[in-house]
Amino acid sequence: MDFSFAQFLHELWIARVPLLQGVGITIASAALAIVAGTVLGVFVGLALTYGAAPLRLPMRGYTDFIRGTPVLVLVLASYYILGTAGIQLGPFQAGVLALAVFCSSHVGEIVRGALQAIHKGQIEAAKAIGLTFSQTFVSVLMPQAIRQILPTWVNTAAEMVKASTLLSIIGVGDLLLASQEVISRTFMNMPFYLFAGFLYFAINFGIERFGRFVERKTHIPS
Amino acid sequence: MTTNPILEIRNLHKHYGDVEVLKGVDCSMQRGDVVCVIGSSGSGKTTMLRCINMLEEFSDGSIRIDGEDIGYELRDGRRQRKSEKEVARQRALTGMAFQQFNLFPHMSAAENVMLGLVKVKKMTRDQARAVAEKWLDRVGLLSRRDHYPGQLSGGQQQRVAIARAIAMSPRLMLFDEVTSALDPELVNEVLVVIQDLAREGMTMLLVTHEMRFAFEVSTRVIFMNQGRIGEEGDPKEMFLRPKSERLAEFLKNSSFH
Repeated sequence: MDFSFAQFLHELWIARVPLLQGVGITIASAALAIVAGTVLGVFVGLALTYGAAPLRLPMRGYTDFIRGTPVLVLVLASYYILGTAGIQLGPFQAGVLALAVFCSSHVGEIVRGALQAIHKGQIEAAKAIGLTFSQTFVSVLMPQAIRQILPTWVNTAAEMVKASTLLSIIGVGDLLLASQEVISRTFMNMPFYLFAGFLYFAINFGIERFGRFVERKTHIPS
Repeated sequence: MTTNPILEIRNLHKHYGDVEVLKGVDCSMQRGDVVCVIGSSGSGKTTMLRCINMLEEFSDGSIRIDGEDIGYELRDGRRQRKSEKEVARQRALTGMAFQQFNLFPHMSAAENVMLGLVKVKKMTRDQARAVAEKWLDRVGLLSRRDHYPGQLSGGQQQRVAIARAIAMSPRLMLFDEVTSALDPELVNEVLVVIQDLAREGMTMLLVTHEMRFAFEVSTRVIFMNQGRIGEEGDPKEMFLRPKSERLAEFLKNSSFH
């Protein structure tokens, strides 16, 4: 079928509200998942790096298990299995939970890698001037780890935006589902999928630019 | 004149698994002493130094600074490690300079010196900055206070690291092979700083391979051999008339002449 550009713009204008809502839900679900997943992931990373065996080993199992599971399976499990276990979550909540859990396992590994890459002389120097471990972490380890984590973390954030499309499967009205609904009404496959693709790209491009900006701001002169 | 020793090590033992690296070391220092520890690698000299500020745990014996037991105490007749908080406080009694400098790379020279003053000594940032600048000036690096470690030469980094340790006004300074990682032409600027500190009466314990320096600066030299103190005494005596065959051999093989 052939459509003119004017027709596309016309349909786009009619569908503007659901599409914008879709963008909003995509950004909201990804952002919530990134924030919650990062907070959780920092604790996972700390446990993996400094935890005693009774804490470290379960966390090791957690990250390996989650990282080895497809996100779609996590999304479905979170929506359907938690439901049968008596924890009733709406599709949006269940989807964000699944994404956050997935994000936390990745961030946990990134944090562990960054902390372990810091030379142990840094901890010794901090000890030698009398800092406690928590002071050492806040003033010495974390600032160095964050700089190292940043590029990988930006990648993970972009992955979360892409993974949020899977929430459409459990009926979350994200950008993908909103686009599909417009397509099923207008049959304009190509333009609306391209348009959705462009919007996803724009969101991730924004994240990537933001990452570069922070990297520049926190660069250590040498 | 004998007063209470600033440092008193008794029967210090340390082993890694089955390997005993310190086999009963006894040593004491008075205020103002400058003691150099020499010996071949693996003799336990660095390990001994690191036990004094609990960077290494030790298996037996005691270390006292100003009469205070470091790291462990007897509770109900059993030897127990002190709390992490208490150990952190005791670590600040001594200052340490490391072979690899270990400056914090994300902080400027001044911030490196200020960190302990703010976090441990609870100074305000302004007070800490004033103290930091005073000590950076002392090691000749005031003009580099806003430089980051990556912008400084090895010798300059080590001088900042020494300023960072000394700014905390420790009762005893520990130097762990502080010139070993430096290019030969940068060694001297660091030794000069240490020499000045010695002249001003700072109590210092140095592990070093700089025999000439040990000879000239120290009030006493300790020769460690296989986890024990092999010989100990006046530097001139020891270097010129070593009593033990091991020390004579060690001096012959090291660059001292």
